[in-house]
Amino acid sequence: MAASTAPEPSAPVPAGTGPNHGLRIFLLWLPLALAADLLLWFVYGPHMPPGTMSSSATGQQFDIRVMSVMAAPVMVFVLVYAAYALVVWRHREGDDEDGPALYGHARIQTTWIAATSVIVLCLAAFGTYELAGTGMAGSGSGEGPSPIWKPNGSNYLQVQVIAQQWRFTYRYPQFGGFETTALVLPVNRPVQFNVTSIDVIHSFWAYQLGVKADANPGVNNVAYTTAFQTGIFRVECAELCGLWHGAMYNFGRVVSDSAFEAWASATRTQLAAYTKILPPYSTTYDPTVVSQLNKAVVASGITGANGAYYPPNDPVQP
Amino acid sequence: MAFLAVVALTFFVVIKFLLTDGPVTVDYTANVTPDTGAAVNVVMQEDPQNDVSTHPDWVSYFVQSPTTHQWVHTTLFKVPAGSRIDMTIYGYDGCTPLRNNLWGQVMGTIGNVAYEDGKPFKALNSYSGCNVAHTFSIPGIGLNVPMGSPTLAQIAKPGLCGTSPCTTDNPHVVMTFSFNSPKAPGEYFWQCRIPCGGGFIDGFGGPMQTIGFMTGNMVVVN
Repeated sequence: MAASTAPEPSAPVPAGTGPNHGLRIFLLWLPLALAADLLLWFVYGPHMPPGTMSSSATGQQFDIRVMSVMAAPVMVFVLVYAAYALVVWRHREGDDEDGPALYGHARIQTTWIAATSVIVLCLAAFGTYELAGTGMAGSGSGEGPSPIWKPNGSNYLQVQVIAQQWRFTYRYPQFGGFETTALVLPVNRPVQFNVTSIDVIHSFWAYQLGVKADANPGVNNVAYTTAFQTGIFRVECAELCGLWHGAMYNFGRVVSDSAFEAWASATRTQLAAYTKILPPYSTTYDPTVVSQLNKAVVASGITGANGAYYPPNDPVQP
Repeated sequence: MAFLAVVALTFFVVIKFLLTDGPVTVDYTANVTPDTGAAVNVVMQEDPQNDVSTHPDWVSYFVQSPTTHQWVHTTLFKVPAGSRIDMTIYGYDGCTPLRNNLWGQVMGTIGNVAYEDGKPFKALNSYSGCNVAHTFSIPGIGLNVPMGSPTLAQIAKPGLCGTSPCTTDNPHVVMTFSFNSPKAPGEYFWQCRIPCGGGFIDGFGGPMQTIGFMTGNMVVVN
């Protein structure tokens, strides 16, 4: 009985006479992908992180917008393909035969794998050389001590970022080298950040400015930006650096050029006495060279608890 | 046998890490009304070692109980919001150069001043002599005070304090300063800014990031 009620298996469809599934999927995918891209670029795009507060932030936002409009059609295609397959190619009762066999194309596959391998390996070699080659040492989006890219012009404001567990401080070498806990920048003027650390690895991340550079002991990691808007931006450490890593953040300010000059001049005067007791400005500092810091300590041999740290013969780091 | 070993290990972990009490919080809020600017006296001492923990070579703070006047091995203390905190810290540890001499500045205290043995100062230059042992810093309220150290002459003969809590018979300095506690309740961590512990020159390991030794919380309550 059962055999008599089963539907008749459909006759095999000769190749080239069935519906053009590829065209159908393409026609479904094209308007959806176009709509997604237009929405991403024109509606959500201007609001994408990290915003447009600076040149580097604007560049990062552009990168993210481009990546989004490239990725969206792929995601839409996957969804359209899956939906089409569920509707059109779903299993029907009585249809237990295999589909047509698929055969690879050896020449196309070999060419594809070879070409993409060459491209990826060349880019990896180039990137490794540029970032980690002699004198480079850029990391965390910083360019290292020898930047391969600089903004136009030479009227940079230099700001040194000194990271220490668990605080950032900032030196302004063009204003007598004063050091402060406040980060103030002028608008529309290129800034060169010289990022370093005096203990462990940190990362200087000025989110709204789109600046992120690792702070490594003994390394000057350079990063550039130009702020386009006045306002407040957040700075935080982006490398796990110990117990209070999560509290290692502060806020910087972008102000008008005149306000910055006034602040810098006033702060320079206010901190003049303290600036004298700081080490001379340098792109890196080695706080373990005790002999340069505290002759009294070295002479006494008393270096703290049990005299066991900062021993004169063991200032080895970093 | 393996089963017994696992059970024993589990028992040890539970006892050692889960059921063991952490440092206690010393309460300075009794009989003080918050947000009135009333004065609260907080008394601490920093010792070059301690013999009350499993890390006797670790530098450590102690906090004095306001009720019993006993020294408690902790770095947690509770103060009322909106009050004037008068700090007294007995410094028994020897000198160490600051990693960044910026922290030799007194910041965030009332009058931006602190006192060492009653003598006011606004900065200590740890690179010019043996004069700084630690710092007491609360980043959340912008507070930083360098802690002085006994002079080389003072510690030449008896040496640094060798038992804890130290007593005033040992070479020491008395650091005093005042600041206003924030009006917002919460936990404000404090720390020392010198890597003050044996073998930790590469960073703030060991006592520097262990609550109960050289860092802790100031708990502000309404």
